[in-house]
Amino acid sequence: MHRTSFLTVALVAAAAACGGSQPEPEPPAPVVDSAAIREQARLDSIDAARRAREAAERARAEAERRAREEAERVRAALVAELAAMVNFDFDRSDIRPVDTSNLDRKAAILAANTGVRIRIGGHCDERGSDEYNLALGNRRAASTKRYLVNKGVAASRIEIVSFGEERPLDSGSNEGAWARNRRAEFELIGGGATLVAP
Amino acid sequence: MRRCLLAVGTLMSPVAAVAQDSVPPLDQGVRVGITYTPGIRPRLVVLPGAGLDSVRQVLERDLDYSDRFEMLAGGRSSSSGSINLGLYAALGAQYGVEVSPAGPAISIRLHDLTVGDVVNEQLVVLPAFDSPPFRMAVHRAADEVVRWITGTPGIAATRLLFVGGNQLYRIDSDGLNPVAITPGHEKALSPVWSPDGRSVAYTRFEEGRGPVVIRELSTRAVRTVPSTSAGLNYAASFAPDGRTIAFTRSDENGTDIFSANIADQCCVRRLTAGRFADNLSPTFSSDGNRIAFISTRAGPPQVYVMAADGTGQELLAPFDFGVTGSSNGPEWSPDGATVAFHRDVERQPQIFVVDVGNRRVRQLTSTGRNTDPTWAPDGRHIAFVSDRSGTRQLWIIDIETGRVRQLRTPTSTRLPSWSRRLAASAGDIP
Repeated sequence: MHRTSFLTVALVAAAAACGGSQPEPEPPAPVVDSAAIREQARLDSIDAARRAREAAERARAEAERRAREEAERVRAALVAELAAMVNFDFDRSDIRPVDTSNLDRKAAILAANTGVRIRIGGHCDERGSDEYNLALGNRRAASTKRYLVNKGVAASRIEIVSFGEERPLDSGSNEGAWARNRRAEFELIGGGATLVAP
Repeated sequence: MRRCLLAVGTLMSPVAAVAQDSVPPLDQGVRVGITYTPGIRPRLVVLPGAGLDSVRQVLERDLDYSDRFEMLAGGRSSSSGSINLGLYAALGAQYGVEVSPAGPAISIRLHDLTVGDVVNEQLVVLPAFDSPPFRMAVHRAADEVVRWITGTPGIAATRLLFVGGNQLYRIDSDGLNPVAITPGHEKALSPVWSPDGRSVAYTRFEEGRGPVVIRELSTRAVRTVPSTSAGLNYAASFAPDGRTIAFTRSDENGTDIFSANIADQCCVRRLTAGRFADNLSPTFSSDGNRIAFISTRAGPPQVYVMAADGTGQELLAPFDFGVTGSSNGPEWSPDGATVAFHRDVERQPQIFVVDVGNRRVRQLTSTGRNTDPTWAPDGRHIAFVSDRSGTRQLWIIDIETGRVRQLRTPTSTRLPSWSRRLAASAGDIP
């Protein structure tokens, strides 16, 4: 409003000074400046709003990304804990005391994520009969499952399979290789898209 | 009828002069020992003649591998056409095998050189020279010669299955003609011949599970044994009539033995119920009435026996608890008298046999790790896996003489199964 009246006054003053004769070329008038300023200000304000919006958007995306990454990190850590193998003594299928904390943690993760289903695969070293080892691998998987079920995990959430000596981790023929190969492996087979820590 | 009797405590019997494993007797309650007292082996010569040396060569090797004869070298072709039979008689040969052309066929004659008679003769029409059917035809002729002399056919016209890498192979009894039976993308385990030699059963291993499938060799048609689509199913055994198959299943319920009717694809029965023990590796007796198997009911795996319906389960091969090593891989002999298996001796598996009648246990090998015995149809030869040469290969022992030979295979081998004698219809499947 104030700017409009200023413009009017300026135009009236200019007309009076010229007395109706040919108007001289005008120098750039403040009126032009003021229009540009106003336009610029309008654009500035739009831009600022846009930038604010974008910043908010970025912040939100960043927060989401961080949350996603954090969830993924948590999930990966939980998957790794679920996948951590247990090992067995020669020709044995009982859970060793050293592996109970590993399995207890698995039971807790499974309790906190009731949609998750896993498959346990039993494996053997190369010693012993090929066919007996298929049975022994099955016993190792079953024994591992029984431990988790006793800790409260529903039996229907755990499948077992046996690989016997057919899939060694270490192809060596020594005590170290044999010890590594006598194991149960764990595989997520369902409900693991998101996992929450217990 | 076995001439090799159990040596109790001491080794006092003479030992065969051929290469063999020898083992000191174990003082572990179960009395075992290896003593081979070979019977009289008549001397035999494949007589030289004009042409047909490729036939003579296969024949001579087959007769040698029967381990029934002391083979004399016949020498090479004589062009004169007449054979001096008296010369071979003078060299101590009791039998002479004459091979000669007879029109489109060949004649194989057996001479008894001590009395100067032709004992028997067969006419054989041979397929194209050096083709697998050619060699199988000569193998069958050789088996017939063995039958003329001993009353029991030889074992040349047979094949063995084994697992090499992931694949299932078959190989002729003389170590020639290895053929892959299963495709390379499958993993096969636990092969076994059907009694008629026209099919094989094996485990198609799939990520810790697998069915027992039966593959007809001529058509390559494959069917799944009833109920084996779930769990891990393996170590199958055909009943002698080929209508029933027993197998092992490992799953949530443990490891137990089942049988199924494969003639009608029905009637699955559970034969063992081991709540706290594994029961596996069934093998039918030759009359089909009993099944020997492995059980962990007493701790380590040992050899048990039951009726074919699962009743009357009892220990078959005696062992000392806490002393005797694990026993596995049983196979009932074709004559029904013996069950072969492998048992750990100082943590090395060795081949054993147990007499089904008197339950006496005898150790047959002592060199290297020896596992998974399988019987030839003559009930005196056993093929097994041994690492005595450095890699796992098939070896064959004649349990009457103790003679051992290697069956050379193109790959590292395991889990062998020896066929029955193959009729032409089964033996000529390419």
